[in-house]
Amino acid sequence: MTFFLEVLVTGLLVGIMYSLVALGFALIFKASDVFNMAQGDMSLLAGLALVGFLELNFPLWLALVCTIAIMTILAYVTVFVVLKPLVARPPIMLFMATFGLAYMIQGIGQSIWGTQAKGLNLGIPDIPITLGGLFLSTFDLTFGAAAGVLVFILVWFFHKTRTGRALRAVSDDHEAALSVGIPLLKAWAVTWVIAGIVAVVAGIAWGTRMGVQFSISYIALKALPVLIIGGLDSIMGVIIAGLVVGAGENLAEVFIGPYVGGGIQTFFPYLIALLVLYFKPYGLFGKEIIERV
Amino acid sequence: MNERKEPILRAENISIAFGGLQALNDVSLEIYPGEIMGIIGPNGAGKTTMLNIINGFYKQDKGRIFFEGKERPRRMKPNQIAAQGIARTFQNLAIFSGMSALGNIMMGRTMMMHSNIFSQALYWRFSQKEEIEHRAAAERIIDFLQIENIRRTPSSMLPYGLRKRVELARALAAEPKLLLLDEPMAGMNLEEKEDIARFVLDANEELGYTIALIEHDMGVVMDICDRIVVLDFGEKISEGTPDEVKADPKVIKAYLGEAGG
Amino acid sequence: MFYRECGNYKDSYASDMAIFPIPLDRYGFIIMMILAFLVIPFTASDYWLSNIMIPFYCFGLSAIGLNILAGYAGQISIGHAAFMAVGAYASLILYGRYGIPLIPSILGGGLISSAVGTIFGLPSLRIKGFYLAIATLASQFIIQWIIVHWHWLSGAVFGTVETPDMQIFGWLIDTPVKKYFLALGWVVLLAIVAKNLVRGQLGRNWQAIRDVDYAAEIIGVNLYKDKLIAFAVSTFYAGISGSLITFCYYGAANIEEFHVMVSFALLGMIIIGGLGTILGSFFGAGFFVLLPIGINQGLGNFMAVVPSEILSNLEAIIFGGLIVLFLIVEPYGMARLWHTIKDKMRLWPFPY
Repeated sequence: MTFFLEVLVTGLLVGIMYSLVALGFALIFKASDVFNMAQGDMSLLAGLALVGFLELNFPLWLALVCTIAIMTILAYVTVFVVLKPLVARPPIMLFMATFGLAYMIQGIGQSIWGTQAKGLNLGIPDIPITLGGLFLSTFDLTFGAAAGVLVFILVWFFHKTRTGRALRAVSDDHEAALSVGIPLLKAWAVTWVIAGIVAVVAGIAWGTRMGVQFSISYIALKALPVLIIGGLDSIMGVIIAGLVVGAGENLAEVFIGPYVGGGIQTFFPYLIALLVLYFKPYGLFGKEIIERV
Repeated sequence: MNERKEPILRAENISIAFGGLQALNDVSLEIYPGEIMGIIGPNGAGKTTMLNIINGFYKQDKGRIFFEGKERPRRMKPNQIAAQGIARTFQNLAIFSGMSALGNIMMGRTMMMHSNIFSQALYWRFSQKEEIEHRAAAERIIDFLQIENIRRTPSSMLPYGLRKRVELARALAAEPKLLLLDEPMAGMNLEEKEDIARFVLDANEELGYTIALIEHDMGVVMDICDRIVVLDFGEKISEGTPDEVKADPKVIKAYLGEAGG
Repeated sequence: MFYRECGNYKDSYASDMAIFPIPLDRYGFIIMMILAFLVIPFTASDYWLSNIMIPFYCFGLSAIGLNILAGYAGQISIGHAAFMAVGAYASLILYGRYGIPLIPSILGGGLISSAVGTIFGLPSLRIKGFYLAIATLASQFIIQWIIVHWHWLSGAVFGTVETPDMQIFGWLIDTPVKKYFLALGWVVLLAIVAKNLVRGQLGRNWQAIRDVDYAAEIIGVNLYKDKLIAFAVSTFYAGISGSLITFCYYGAANIEEFHVMVSFALLGMIIIGGLGTILGSFFGAGFFVLLPIGINQGLGNFMAVVPSEILSNLEAIIFGGLIVLFLIVEPYGMARLWHTIKDKMRLWPFPY
């Protein structure tokens, strides 16, 4: 029983991380109706930049600030160079544009900072501790907590602050928002900066765990089913879905994995997503898109 | 007036609600073969909803639909209903913008095309013959609506008025037993309206189509419709010939008011 | 003046609806066929044949499949490479393990891939847009896992299956030229079939579903059936191209060659090449295959000056950059650009 709980809780902690990454997607989707395929590569870029600055012997706080600065520049360039000309086009084109963006970010990031895996050591020990009778990793707990805090901040920002509410207003109809004078592009830029910050945290979390390397961009692919299960535009849904996926994937891998050769976590989240979609085509909490005929 | 033939479509006690809003409440109407019937009413009266139910997009909460005398099973899908012989145009213009005008019109023939995928893949005898046959039919419609010079133009590049005409052409191409037009003249200037009105009349008189149309332009409605049904807040408040409806005080109160007949 | 359309009147619907209504296009096609069948195989080096033409044909075919699904029918799919893998493994098992002759094996690979693809296409009946895109991504990961872990399928440890010697009726297919013809034959045949399908009623139905699906329904299109057919046809093409590229290029079925980045690349190919066009599929595939070479040649002189890191990532940057550029400037891709150039040639040298 303890073992089961340990697996469950570890899974939940990883799940919070998934929620965080998925949140990055969800925020951009809510504000700009764009499904950002580049989110994973943004995390990669953030990780690479941070390591790069640390290697230049910057103190941690400075490295973080510089990394965030880079993500901010990226956000503005993306919004004003790539997305602005495509404002009036169908969302599918914006999606494809982020796709091209993903390739570019990956290429640029790796050109500047190289392709070998880099270790990221922030002084967080990976020693197990016992909490409530359960054997857990400090690592998981730290990042789980950090992610939880960030999620909380983001939800508060979007629901309680004026900027956040304006961003939510923007998402429904771009042209209408423009026509009533909402500075659409600035709003988008803010969202992308926030997503960039989320990317930094994700980059750190996974970079520490497995080294900063190309495969970090795959983390985003893991977060996609989370997004789908929760519903593309539901913040609450994404959080819950992340926990479900994290826990489910870990439980499946540990308890079912040995019977089928392992590696279940590569596709398990997707399987859950397919199942959820069968019953709820817009995710558990997503808004159903009703076309006016 | 004339002896009543069997109605081609009969909607009996239709009610439907969306969330808390009762869009239609116990509405019944009949459409007789060969007539042009107008459905009018203020905005939000439920006219498009009624059309959507006739098409099968929405399933009514209460009531029944009879097409050519036979009751329609509730689980019939829109494309099956279309195959029975109902075609339609949309208020918000639903032409296929990725195709040319000709492509749109050929889409109207899709129910009549029967060559299977293998035949089409090889563009074999049967498939080619069918394609030519339906192309000829499409050309007849193109002639009828006088859109010869735009047949190859991508629909996204056509001006609004011509797009509406292409949508009408597509519906006509299906050779339906019942043609539903949802505000075919919306957003048009006087000249364009006269053109469409003429085409609608021709379609009815020359080609014998039964037409039900939703329209806001009272002048047009009174001119071309044989009968009119008036809806307001989801209920039928009047029905009859244009003259009868014009004079009905309930209609005047709800709708025509100061603008006059 | 070079590209004449004047005096080109059609006196029958049949000639108006031909694939190449303009004689110059027809001649162009014939010239291309002559080049492909008679000139290239005997003048190009083995390197070019094996490493450029064959992958070009195979990816072009795969891109046609994806274009049918995403470009014509509007069902975005990010799992196409997995279906190539299904075709690859299926045809290899049929040929290598069961001794079924080569051509039927390749065909079998396509059919099995099509069956699997139709099953994975079932979600399209209920979900659309981004949700569907992610569901197709699911097929990529699930199929990948099955191939790696189902040992009956992959035999060896890492899921790699070597191709045995290929022969048709005892005629050994071992030289690049012979493999080239094998690939070319399939590609030309299936490209013509695809062109016929998309310009016929099925193609129109698909485009209708893509443009306004409720209007398609109202005019009689059976959405469920036609969407599934799109998946079936699309994955059939994926399966065949997977088989071909395995037999004629990779030499072994290796799941690593069909992972998610390839699916992404295919999507990029059809965006750059031209969504909803057959020609565009080839443009996109050609671009993708030639890009690394182009960069090498173009920057060859600057090798010493440009840091190697930037060089190796240049491909990704340019590929991504071009996707964005095309979307902004010419969303219909290179195919539309091509048509625009042809249009200008109609009137050249007159500017109006």
